[in-house]
Amino acid sequence: MSEAWIPSAGELAGFRRAQKLAYDCAEAISADMKPGMTERYVAGRMKEYLLDHGADDCFHEPFAWFGDRTAFRGLIAVKQLGGFNPAFYPGLRRLEENMPFILDCAPTVQGCTADIGYCGVVGHNAILDRLMDDLIEYRALILEKAKARRPLSEISRAVDALCAKHGYDPRHKAYPFETLAHRIEKLKDDGKKSHLKIANFGVRNVSELLRDRIRGAREGWNPIWNSSEASNHVPTPGLWAVEPHLGFRDVGAKWEELLVVTGDDAFWLDDDVPHVRRWIERGLWKQAA
Amino acid sequence: MTPSQIVESGGIELAVYTWGKPGKKKPTIVLVHGYPDAASVWKATAEILAERFHVVAYDVRGAGRSSTPDHTAAYDLEHLVADLAAVVDATSPDKPVHLVCHDWGSIQCWEAVTTELMEGRIASYTSISGPSIDHASYWIMNRLRSGSPEKIAQVGRQLAHSWYIGMFQLPALAPALWRGGLDKLWPTLLEKVEGIAEVEASATQTRDGANGVNLYRANFVKRLLNPQERRTELPVQLIVPRGDKFMVQEIWDDLPQWVPNLWRREVDAGHWLQVSHPALVAAQAAEFVDFVESGNETPALKRARVREERRGKAHSGKLVVITGAGSGFGRETALLFAEAGADVIAVDINLEAAERTAELSRLLGAQAWARKTDVGSTAEMQALADWVAQELGAPDIVVNNAGVGVAGSFFDTSDADWEKVLRVNLWGVIHGSRLFGKQMIAAGKAGHIVNVASMGGFTPSRFMSAYNTSKAAVMMLSDCIRAELADRKIEVSTICPGLSITNITQSTRFVGSTPEEEARRQQKATQLYQKRNLKPQAIARAILDAVENKRAEVPVGVEAHGSRLLSRFFPALSRRLARLDVAP
Repeated sequence: MSEAWIPSAGELAGFRRAQKLAYDCAEAISADMKPGMTERYVAGRMKEYLLDHGADDCFHEPFAWFGDRTAFRGLIAVKQLGGFNPAFYPGLRRLEENMPFILDCAPTVQGCTADIGYCGVVGHNAILDRLMDDLIEYRALILEKAKARRPLSEISRAVDALCAKHGYDPRHKAYPFETLAHRIEKLKDDGKKSHLKIANFGVRNVSELLRDRIRGAREGWNPIWNSSEASNHVPTPGLWAVEPHLGFRDVGAKWEELLVVTGDDAFWLDDDVPHVRRWIERGLWKQAA
Repeated sequence: MTPSQIVESGGIELAVYTWGKPGKKKPTIVLVHGYPDAASVWKATAEILAERFHVVAYDVRGAGRSSTPDHTAAYDLEHLVADLAAVVDATSPDKPVHLVCHDWGSIQCWEAVTTELMEGRIASYTSISGPSIDHASYWIMNRLRSGSPEKIAQVGRQLAHSWYIGMFQLPALAPALWRGGLDKLWPTLLEKVEGIAEVEASATQTRDGANGVNLYRANFVKRLLNPQERRTELPVQLIVPRGDKFMVQEIWDDLPQWVPNLWRREVDAGHWLQVSHPALVAAQAAEFVDFVESGNETPALKRARVREERRGKAHSGKLVVITGAGSGFGRETALLFAEAGADVIAVDINLEAAERTAELSRLLGAQAWARKTDVGSTAEMQALADWVAQELGAPDIVVNNAGVGVAGSFFDTSDADWEKVLRVNLWGVIHGSRLFGKQMIAAGKAGHIVNVASMGGFTPSRFMSAYNTSKAAVMMLSDCIRAELADRKIEVSTICPGLSITNITQSTRFVGSTPEEEARRQQKATQLYQKRNLKPQAIARAILDAVENKRAEVPVGVEAHGSRLLSRFFPALSRRLARLDVAP
């Protein structure tokens, strides 16, 4: 068990399929989003889409946040109970013109789990555009430091410092345990069409995270990657769902992708994701590469 | 003043005064006076404008040396516009003119620009203290219909300001007053009520006052009861004197719906600003004419352009200079002001950080500029002040916020350490207050200077001698200049933050420590402040609150309030506590 898991090429292909499904879902559902829809309705449609396209489990049920809820201000940012907060769950907020939104889903397909974050707007929002442009720097920074095998807490603090430089709030600190990223483990492909969920979280995936927590405590690493001392260790080989989430005033933006860490390297699982395509379109990608 | 020509219009002889000759590079500016004035009210302004423009003024029918119609109906707006058209045709037959109009002159020029009577003859319009009666009528109706107590109160306030209009409708009374001594009293009234010293008594004051009453009688009731929707595409500059005793400022709130190309500037002056501030009126009129002629919009005009989304905010149209704006309190203050409608000049020694603050301010709808300046350098601060004066004019608010930290034993604090902390923390405030305070005085602005000190200013401590001394000096400095500026209507506030999270803890110089030890202490200090978790936003909010409510001294955070009380009421205890060795 204490052997580090380094995913095989075949396993990575499976995770890539899951991540692509998750992003396809976000793009398909957001294309049909209209003012007046509630968070709950949109999250429900995402869930349907995932089930219709082969998802058999999840890390968590789809989330949808609209308007200032994207920026995790107010109730949704209450950090008591380690950050588990009922305000996270999709609510009755209705979408309006020029209102930013975030869709976040984490489907499991045949034992491979992805976890993605996708933002957009129906209409136009200058602040959201700027946040989404600036998110490119976080992707480059995290990769560069992970490749250099810098301690995870140091990387997380570098992200905090970049937020301060940009003038943004690091809103991922409102997630449970102020997480910048969390582990994703391979599950058994048992052929079942659905699996148990409790409080919108997939029991199998969360159990893996708890197991990692126990193992990590023994081996000196933390399956929750944040700025704390517990993450002061070199990147643990395996898969990490990384989710920098920026907030400025009433607007929040994030992406979430799987980072693959091997014994001596790190790379993003897939560069063909919506936010990267957007950066390429806007001519930002070259300078970052 | 003697008329240079007489222009005939509808049986009335109009006295016209001109300065200079029209030319290719000399646009014509036509000045139209209000009530109870004559063209002479423009004398000082016209002389300044004449250095660069062909300037025309005339006595409105019934006033000055123009002849008097024999019945009230002859004062109808359409005749007044025909008079203006006759003057324009006589003085600038080939080129459209730029109008600059005050009070009743402004009311009649609204008629000229929003109707087809003078189409193609007007290039731009600068309006001072006189709304279109039709616009005013809609303004009143919209507010009465809104059902909002606040808006209905606005109407009530405007009606209270317009008491004389009702009085003018009464037969005989007003003209009798003018003939019975008000004419002689008028200069004294202007001096007492408007604060305009040495008003030249007008030779025609009696008839200016008595005949002019007909302007109101011929137009007001008719227009108020039956207003037309009047619009114009022409570029219009609105100059709003904040101290106008005859207008509430809200009267202009609905103007953008009639005038899409609108620039609005507020000045700290009374109703007769062309008499009290002729240079200011001439400068703003000239700037607008130059822009319309050349298409070059100066930064000051860019700021003045009315943008829908910026209207009605607490600090709309204000210009704020903030030092140390690249991070911490400075950046948060810039963002709060930007959200509240102000435009921002972000000053920092780190240009990249200042640029970023300016960019974030723009995202919030403000216009913003970033400048690299070392506040401790006399030359650099002078250059900054010169740039601000030239590009944008005097600021309304200055926040002297830049600061550096130094900690450790007094005996380890070198001359260089002292110099650095005093240069930035004290001299930076001296420079900022002096340079921008001077600009506010020169512009006659009721501005506000905010100096960021610290609870350290009243909290003695054995390891903070240099820093706390610099902050105590800032507090005393602020108290002194507040006293000096009180009669200038310029406010001064001192902000005394407690243990708040900024970059200052990470960059504080710990004297008498090795570099490693210094780094450790910086980290410990930062962690201590993070535990306290007093956010820069709280200080920024306190700064806005100090400006909005004219507060002299604002401690921020419970520790700052506590220490202030301690130093005031238990100074001995405060001095005992200073001995505690609680250095990080």
